[in-house]
Amino acid sequence: MQESALFEYVLRLSDDSLILGQRLGEWCGHGPILEEDIALTNISLDLIGQAISLYDFAAELEGKGRNHDQLAYLRYENEYKNVLLVEQPNGDFAMTILRQFFFDAFRLPLYEALMQSPVAQLAAIAAKSVKETRYHLKHTSEWVIRMGDGTEESHQRAQAAIDHLWRFTNELFYEDANDHTLQAEQKVPTMAHIQTQWMATVTSVLQEATLEIPKNNWKFDGGREGRHSEHMGYLLSDLQYMQRAYPNMEW
Amino acid sequence: MTQAEQEIRFQEKIDREIKIEPNDWMPDEYRQTLIRQISQHAHSEVVGMLPEGNWITRAPNLRRKAVLLAKVQDEAGHGLYLYSAVETLGTSREQTIDDLHSGKAKYSSIFNYPALTWADIGTIGWLVDGAAIMNQVALCRTSYGPYARAMVKICKEESFHQRQGYESLTKLCNGTPQQKAMAQDAMNRFWWPALMMFGPSDADSTHSDQSIKWKIKRFTNDELRQNFVDATVAQAEILGLTIPDPNLKWNEARGHYDFSEINWDEFWQVVKGNGPCNKERLAARVKAKEEGAWVREAASAFAKKRDMKKSA
Repeated sequence: MQESALFEYVLRLSDDSLILGQRLGEWCGHGPILEEDIALTNISLDLIGQAISLYDFAAELEGKGRNHDQLAYLRYENEYKNVLLVEQPNGDFAMTILRQFFFDAFRLPLYEALMQSPVAQLAAIAAKSVKETRYHLKHTSEWVIRMGDGTEESHQRAQAAIDHLWRFTNELFYEDANDHTLQAEQKVPTMAHIQTQWMATVTSVLQEATLEIPKNNWKFDGGREGRHSEHMGYLLSDLQYMQRAYPNMEW
Repeated sequence: MTQAEQEIRFQEKIDREIKIEPNDWMPDEYRQTLIRQISQHAHSEVVGMLPEGNWITRAPNLRRKAVLLAKVQDEAGHGLYLYSAVETLGTSREQTIDDLHSGKAKYSSIFNYPALTWADIGTIGWLVDGAAIMNQVALCRTSYGPYARAMVKICKEESFHQRQGYESLTKLCNGTPQQKAMAQDAMNRFWWPALMMFGPSDADSTHSDQSIKWKIKRFTNDELRQNFVDATVAQAEILGLTIPDPNLKWNEARGHYDFSEINWDEFWQVVKGNGPCNKERLAARVKAKEEGAWVREAASAFAKKRDMKKSA
């Protein structure tokens, strides 16, 4: 039971990394400047690397002989447990950066907390990933500030991205019985703790960027339970194409 | 010193293998040749990101996805060093990129061919990076210092890419008949365009003689093409792939492989913009630039504001 709770928990982390990494990979060759093309694919690469470690651990916990690729590529849409935020389309550069910023501001305190987990393998993955995530957050924070306090157009685009994505942010702190089990065993942090830190980061960066937190607090979720947005099917069609078209082959 | 004396001194330095540096005197034509060649090389790196980037979202497993991401990122990095090398000659990155978008500057025609299957990614690594390395290893000793130094780093990464591409093809060639057929199909489509990467034959190459005298180029197009064919035949044999040229055979007397004449009509058509993907590649670069304009403007407006705050 506990192993399966931990499996589910690690799977959620893995899926967040994979799906966001997949989205960022779409930018390759199309970035607004070469330096940002490199930065976005670099973040993508870090996230795919994290996904590999996390899926390996999930596969081990599951104990059914699946490997990281089978977990990443060969599930149905409703078996992916990533938050809705990460599957949202790239949109313009402002949308991509804000999506990444909201995610990084969540991932950093989460990894910092998971470094203290008694689950040694999870703590080790968190310790490795925290350094990358710290850099990602620094990078996206700087861009949020640059866009917010840049030109009128960049300010408007950044604010539009915030207004659009805000409704997906609450789901980052989703908790269910699975999390409560692991929290009771002090294996993972409570989300209230992460949310406080997230809010502090978001508030201070948006303030410096002269951007506003939306007043409408209506939020929704579903990703953690496998209910995704319409975008997810298309994303998976690309992701899974080779594995579905050429089953059981090694590449 | 008269211009003629300066030219003599310049050529003496070249002959004594002394690198030319950005602040040294150089003939205007030397400068223009380098700007043309290095910027063409930079554009090739950047446009070359497109056919491969096209497969990042569809890479067949996580390891391949990570490797491809890292590879395409390296290419963007090569583009950056090379644009910087062009800047040392007095042309800004912006100007260089504008020349690409207006069609004035060229890039390697190989990237005007589509990447249709996953096997194309391995094949591009093996043949296209392989052909690029033949050119680039020679350029590590090119007479212009910044270009030569950029090349040393680029060559290390390119040879890594070539090995990765080859390794990826060994998986396909040792896999199912479907995978093997996919690899052969990629070979059939990329072999001739790869040979075209060395440029026109020596007889038709307008820039060759002077470039060799100035040691910008160390070998002619045909010499490099021959070296590439000679090196690649055995690699194809190990993979069990057939090179699509019925006239390919070892010539004992020459000590080289003989091969068929390249289809020069196709070569010149693709150079002139009529290849399968020329329009799409350029359109993608122009779109990236236009859609990114507000981002670049924001960054510079922000930097100005911060500078003003500091000086206030």
